[in-house]
Amino acid sequence: MSADLQLDLRLEAITKIYPGVIALENVSLHIRAGEVIGLIGENGAGKSTLMKVLGGVITPTAGTISIDGEEYDSLTVAQSQAAGIAFVHQELNVFDNLDVAANIFLGREKTRGRFRLIDIGAMHTAVQPLLDRVGARFKPSTPVATLSLAEQQLLEIAKALSVEARLVIMDEPTSSLTISETNTLLKVIADLKAQGIAVVFISHRLGEVEACADRVVVLRDGRIAGHLPRENTTHDAMIRLMIGRDLKALYTPPAAAPGEPLLAIRNVRTSAKPASAASFDVHTGEILGVAGLIGAGRTELAQAIFGVGGKLGGEVSIGGKPLDAQSPAEAIAAGLYLVPEDRKRSGLILDLAILDNVTMANLPAFAEWGMVSRARQIVVAEDQRRKLSIRTPDVRRAALEMSGGNQQKVVLAKWLSMAPKVIIFDEPTRGIDVGAKAEIYKLMRALADRGVGVMMISSDMEEVIGVSDRIVVMKDGRVTGELQRRDFSEHNVLMLAVGRVLEEA
Amino acid sequence: MQKKDLGLAVLIIVVGAIVYLRNPLFLSPINLGNTANLIGLFGLFAIGQGFVIMTGGIDLSVGSVIALLGVLFVDMVGKLGVPWPVAVAVIIALGALMGLAHGLLITRFKMQPFVVTLCGLLIYRGVARGYTAEATAGFPFGASFPQLEWLTIGRSFGMPHSFIAMVLVAVVMWLVLHRSVFGRHLYAVGKNEEAARFSGIKTGFVITSAYVICSVLAAIAAIYFAMFTKSVQPSSHGNFYELYAIAAAVLGGFSLRGGEGSIVGVVLGAVLLQELQNLVNLLGIPSSLNFAVMGTVILLGVLADQQFAAYRARKRAAQALERLQFEEGHAHERA
Repeated sequence: MSADLQLDLRLEAITKIYPGVIALENVSLHIRAGEVIGLIGENGAGKSTLMKVLGGVITPTAGTISIDGEEYDSLTVAQSQAAGIAFVHQELNVFDNLDVAANIFLGREKTRGRFRLIDIGAMHTAVQPLLDRVGARFKPSTPVATLSLAEQQLLEIAKALSVEARLVIMDEPTSSLTISETNTLLKVIADLKAQGIAVVFISHRLGEVEACADRVVVLRDGRIAGHLPRENTTHDAMIRLMIGRDLKALYTPPAAAPGEPLLAIRNVRTSAKPASAASFDVHTGEILGVAGLIGAGRTELAQAIFGVGGKLGGEVSIGGKPLDAQSPAEAIAAGLYLVPEDRKRSGLILDLAILDNVTMANLPAFAEWGMVSRARQIVVAEDQRRKLSIRTPDVRRAALEMSGGNQQKVVLAKWLSMAPKVIIFDEPTRGIDVGAKAEIYKLMRALADRGVGVMMISSDMEEVIGVSDRIVVMKDGRVTGELQRRDFSEHNVLMLAVGRVLEEA
Repeated sequence: MQKKDLGLAVLIIVVGAIVYLRNPLFLSPINLGNTANLIGLFGLFAIGQGFVIMTGGIDLSVGSVIALLGVLFVDMVGKLGVPWPVAVAVIIALGALMGLAHGLLITRFKMQPFVVTLCGLLIYRGVARGYTAEATAGFPFGASFPQLEWLTIGRSFGMPHSFIAMVLVAVVMWLVLHRSVFGRHLYAVGKNEEAARFSGIKTGFVITSAYVICSVLAAIAAIYFAMFTKSVQPSSHGNFYELYAIAAAVLGGFSLRGGEGSIVGVVLGAVLLQELQNLVNLLGIPSSLNFAVMGTVILLGVLADQQFAAYRARKRAAQALERLQFEEGHAHERA
C-alpha cells in the first residue's frame, strides 16, 4: 500500500505537572513511519500521560511537539487527528448502543441529500474493507453490544485506520485478551507496520513487547529511564530499566513464625463468580499473598468479606468469631479493614484534608457532644504523618495534592490509627513509585510482626513473590493452589493462575 | 467565613449601596423589616435544601410541601380546632415522614433524587388542591392565636421573628454541618460516596437524614408562611419555592455535584435573592422582570466564581513549574 507514508514526529522535553505530582519531566521521543515502539514502565510512570499529550487531551506544562517539521506547544484533539494520530484505548471508548459502522464514523458521519441525513449504506460500504484489513469477522451492521472485548479492540483499530492514521497508539491493548486473540492483534500490528504505519505499543506484558517492538522506550517516574534497540530487548533488561535496579530480594522474613489462623474464609461465593467458592486462612503475623490473573475474582472476594456487597454464601470468621458483614461499617467494627484497589475512588476523598481522611473511619472518637475536635484530629494525623513518613507540608492540605504513594499512606494511616486485626490490601502499590513501594512493604511487615493478619491481593508478580510469606493462587473465584516460600516462582504462580496443576519437583 | 462567602457578602453590600443611592427608602425601618421577614421565610427552607445539595441530590418538592403542609396547618388550627402546639408537632412530623420517604426511595430503591422529588412536587401539590377542592384554606373570621402569632409574625425591637427563627436554625445547622460528626460524614458522602462507604460511614443513613432535615425545615417554613399569608391558596402557594432554595444554595457556593458549600453561604444566598427582589420593587423595574434579574445575577455570579477558580488553578500549575525548574537549575549547578 502506501509505503511512501511519511512521519516525523518529535516530542521535545515534554513536562507535565499536576498539583503535587510531576507526571512527566523532560521526556523526548522521536517517532518515524513504519516503526513499532514499545513503551513500557510501571504503573504511574507517565506512559498514558505522554500519550494523552500526543492525543491533544493534555496540555503539557512545558516542551514542544513537532510534526513533520511544524512546531506546537500543545496539540488540540483536532490537530492530533489531522496529523494522523489515532488511539486504541486501555478502556475501550466504544458506544455499545450503536453499530460498528456508526462507531467508526462517529463525529464524521457520511451524509447525503439536502437535509444531511445519515447515509447508512455508504458507511457500511466504507467500513467493510477496514474490517477486512484487521481480520475482523463481524459486520459493519453488528451492534457493538454483541462484540467481545477482543472484537471491540479490533473495531478500535479499524477506526484508527479509517482516519488514515500514520501513528496508532495502543494503550494496554491486550490486557483483556486471550492468548489467541493477542496473537491476532500482534499480526495486525505487523500488518500496520508493513503498511508504513507507526505503532506505539504500551504494555505490561513484556513478552508481547519483545515480540513486536522495533525498539523499546522505558519510562520511570515520569522520566525516560532508557532506550533499548531490538537486539537488546530482553526481559531482564526491560525490568531493570523499569524498576531502576536488578531484581533483588524484597523479602524480609517475619520476626516470629506465623501463629494461629485469624481470618478464616470458608466456601465464600460472590456474585462475580457465583459457581465457585473460595476457602483459605490468614494467620496472625503473616503476609498472605493472593495471586491470580485479572478477573480471577480476588477483589470481589475481598469486597464481599468487607461487606461492600456481592456475597452469596459461605462463612467468614475473625479470631473464631463469625462475621457476616452487611456493610463495611460492620467489618470495620470487627477489626477487618480493606485498603481498596482503586485508591482515588474508594480509598480516600481527594478533596478533603489529609487529617479528615485519616480520621474518617473513626470520627466519633474525635468528638465530644457530637462535635468534632479539630485539635485532636490534628494530633492523630500528625502522629501518623511521622510514623508513616507521609510527605506533606501540612496535614490540613487536601489529599489531592499528594503523590500516589503518599495518598496510599494516608489510606493506611486511616486504618493504622485504629485497631486492626486483619487488613486486606488490594493491589497496594499500583501506580506508586519505587521508593514509596518499599516503605509500604515495610509497613506491611511491621503490621504482621505486630500480630495483624495481612492479606495482600496483587497482580504484580515481583511483589507477590517478593513480599509474601505464603501465596494462595485464585482462578475464577476458586483457590487453585497454595505455595510455600520454597516453591515461590513466577512459573509456579502462573501455572496455578491459569488453572494448571504443578508437577511435583 | 470562607473566601466565597466573603465575596458574596461584599456583593450584597455593593448591591445594597447602589439601591440605597437610587432610592433611600431601601434602608427605611419598614423596608428592612419586611425584607428581613422574607429572608427569614426563604432562608429557613433554603438551609434545608443546602443539606440535600450537599449529598449531590436535589429536592424539587419543597414548594409543594410548603403548600400541602400549609393547607393542613391552617385547616387543623383554624377549622378542626386542634391546639396549635399539637398542630405544629404534627406538621413537623409529617415533614419528617416526607423526607424519610424521599431518602429511602433514593438510598434503598436507588431512584434518582430528581425523579423522586419531582414526583413529590406533583403529588403534594395535587393532594393539597384535592384536599381543599381548590378552595383557599383560611382562618375563620376573628380567630386569634396570640402566642402562635407572636412566635411567627411577631417582632421584637423591629426584628421579625421569622428572621430570628431562621438565624437560630442557621446557628444550629452551622454546628451540625461544620462541627458535628454527621456534618463531616455529609461532606465525605457528598464528595465521594464510595470512599465514604469503604471507610465504614453509613452512607444511606447520612443521605436519608439530609432529606429529612430538608423536609422538616420546609415544614417549619410552611407554618411561618401560612401564618404570614393567613390564607393558603393551594394551587399557587409556594410555587417555584424549591427553585429559590436551589438558587440560594448555588449562589452560596454549593456545588450541585455535592460535597461543597456552607451554611453562611446559603443564608447569604437567600439574603441576596431577597435583596434583588427588593431592588426590582424599589427601582421601579417592572415586577414581571423579577425572575430575569435574579437569573442574570445567579448566572454572572457563578460564572465569575468559576473563572476565578480556573485562574487560581492555572496560577498554581505555573508556580509548580517554576519551582521544578528552579530545583533543576540547582541540581545542574551541583553536578
